[in-house]
Amino acid sequence: MKTMKNHMKVEFDSYSGNESFARITVAAFLCCLNPTVEELEDIKTAVSEAVTNSIIHGYGNQVGTVTMECEIDGDEVIVAVSDEGVGIVDIGKAMEPLYTTRPDLERSGMGFAFMEAFMDTLEVTSAPMEGCLVRMKKKIGVPLHERYNCLD
Amino acid sequence: MDDFQVINSYLCIRMPKELDHHKAIRIREMADRYIEGQHIEFVVFDFEDTSFMDSSGIGVIMGRYKKIQILGGRVLAVHVSDRIRRIFRLSGLHKIVEIVEDEE
Repeated sequence: MKTMKNHMKVEFDSYSGNESFARITVAAFLCCLNPTVEELEDIKTAVSEAVTNSIIHGYGNQVGTVTMECEIDGDEVIVAVSDEGVGIVDIGKAMEPLYTTRPDLERSGMGFAFMEAFMDTLEVTSAPMEGCLVRMKKKIGVPLHERYNCLD
Repeated sequence: MDDFQVINSYLCIRMPKELDHHKAIRIREMADRYIEGQHIEFVVFDFEDTSFMDSSGIGVIMGRYKKIQILGGRVLAVHVSDRIRRIFRLSGLHKIVEIVEDEE
């Protein structure tokens, strides 16, 4: 695959209706990489989880700005989603499957688990009242049996 | 509402094309209105139109399961694609939701 670099950055208000906007935007940006449907769905799901986290947990009832950056570096996709919301007190706890601070909203507590499952790497940087940054990477064009042999 | 249909004690919910947090809010509200207002024993989630689902979908199904289970009811899923099946498995949902396979 020829080496290419490309970058984009968008900002949007933390309305739930913008979750689909974020997914579609990333998918459109990645078109040039010719990803498989599966790869694209994986990235869209991870983006949706990260953006939803910023909207629900970062800003709650307030409206704030969610920033989404996407970078293509050869066959690797790097997505960063950040907010300036309330941040996370205990990142380790937040990343435990089924743990949620908002059972009232029927959050399943699977957001970070999904990001981890659908991307190759996940990094979460956050502190109370300092917002949250989620950075995820995924290589495109990895044969399916190499990617999923540990999952199914 | 067309997406919600009650047949005897079954509540059938036609899931949207993209099932995310935004869409989940309305489904939850509507479903509970039916579950609380009518004698519902089974909730059937129909994924025929659904091409995207994130963990918000898991929350919706899990929430309805908790509600209906207390009343002795069950939760079923139909027209489940490979993608959604994988998401079910990843979240453990396949243990509480009965997937009804498509007939030939």
